[in-house]
Amino acid sequence: MALDKNGIAKRIAQELRDGYYVNLGIGIPTLVANYIPEGIEVEFQSENGILGMGPFPFEGEEDADLINAGKQTITARNGAVFFDSATSFAMIRGQHVQLTVLGAMEVAQNGDIANWKIPGKMVKGMGGAMDLVASADNIIVAMMHTNRAGESKLLKECTLPLTGVNCVSKVVTNLAVLEIRDNQFHLVERAPGVSVEEIQAATSGDLVIPDHVPEMNLD
Amino acid sequence: MNKVVKDVEQALEGVESGMTLMLGGFGLCGIPENSIAQLVKMGVSDLTCISNNAGVDDFGLGLLLQGKQIKKMISSYVGENDEFERQMLSGELEVDLIPQGSLAERCRAGGAGVPAFFTPAGFGTEIAEGKEVREYNGKPHILESALTADFAIVKAWKGDTEGNLIYKATARNFNPLMAMAGKITIAEVEELVPAGELDPNFIHTPGIFVQRIFQGEKFEKRIEQRTVRPKE
Repeated sequence: MALDKNGIAKRIAQELRDGYYVNLGIGIPTLVANYIPEGIEVEFQSENGILGMGPFPFEGEEDADLINAGKQTITARNGAVFFDSATSFAMIRGQHVQLTVLGAMEVAQNGDIANWKIPGKMVKGMGGAMDLVASADNIIVAMMHTNRAGESKLLKECTLPLTGVNCVSKVVTNLAVLEIRDNQFHLVERAPGVSVEEIQAATSGDLVIPDHVPEMNLD
Repeated sequence: MNKVVKDVEQALEGVESGMTLMLGGFGLCGIPENSIAQLVKMGVSDLTCISNNAGVDDFGLGLLLQGKQIKKMISSYVGENDEFERQMLSGELEVDLIPQGSLAERCRAGGAGVPAFFTPAGFGTEIAEGKEVREYNGKPHILESALTADFAIVKAWKGDTEGNLIYKATARNFNPLMAMAGKITIAEVEELVPAGELDPNFIHTPGIFVQRIFQGEKFEKRIEQRTVRPKE
């Protein structure tokens, strides 16, 4: 069965390593914070200006001055720090953040990503996404494998305006985990009960399929 | 040097139609809401506003958009404002969308006397069109120029009569950078105290960057996305 958003987040959480500073984008990536593996310590950076982001506040304890990049009310963990936007992006551009997880409308097999604009229809802006993808070494995209019209979001080339070029290293979707290298998608894992054929059919870019494709272990 | 002005009217004296304004804040967090209300009241128009977001339809910079007071917005993300998107897609509003980190650095550079800088953000995208590209450390970078404004309007938590400012939590965001980049910088604060009451060790914006300071009459501090968890 294909994963839901929480399933995708749970699989991405397995990519966290002890000591990582992590930037989570809006949407599915935000959910990753709920599944930190036991025994490791990570700190979440939100680009509006906090390191050491904690969970949502208890009801009645919301603070309008304390939000994340998705404008949601949050809390600050012990040891947290606040900073201005230039310092925040110094952390990002300066590669002090070890893992970036963000959503996408399209990903291409050369690692290009598009997630900020549909010409003539939707213009939300890139926010911090262009800075993040241009500088981070370790970028995981969290998204559904296909769009609402059922079309593949994993393409030979992006059709929408780009957010960044040659930058995505890994994609986790509701169907599969894929790595990007040598201008191809490489199938690494499949969601429990999802067949290689289903993944192939939902992937419009070039897909390399090894002899054995293990199921994700989400326990 | 005493920077205190009596009220928001006096603080915004000299703001005229056609000017370029910087307004601090991220979303509705840390926005100079008293000054925005005053800009609505003054009815100034044809403004170029540099601000990360454009507020929501009925609060923050959304109020200036409703009154068609803004000619051009320079922002990084406008997704929360339907009126903004409508005016932009219909061509009524000029919009320059800039990566958030580049926007922050361009304000910082403007205040710091750095006319331009190279950044990797946006290379290979439409943001890079017409911009000089140079390779550093084997990676392409694009040239971005500094931003300044006729007036920078920022919001702080505490300020003293010398114009020294302290921000609270994530309400800091763009405020300290824009404070540096205004020809005239106006600070509206929640609490205005006499010089000497703020610990110099913990001041975020030195008063040299601030020309006018006043205590805001009231702060609604609206929350855009109220997310909570149940009490255990």
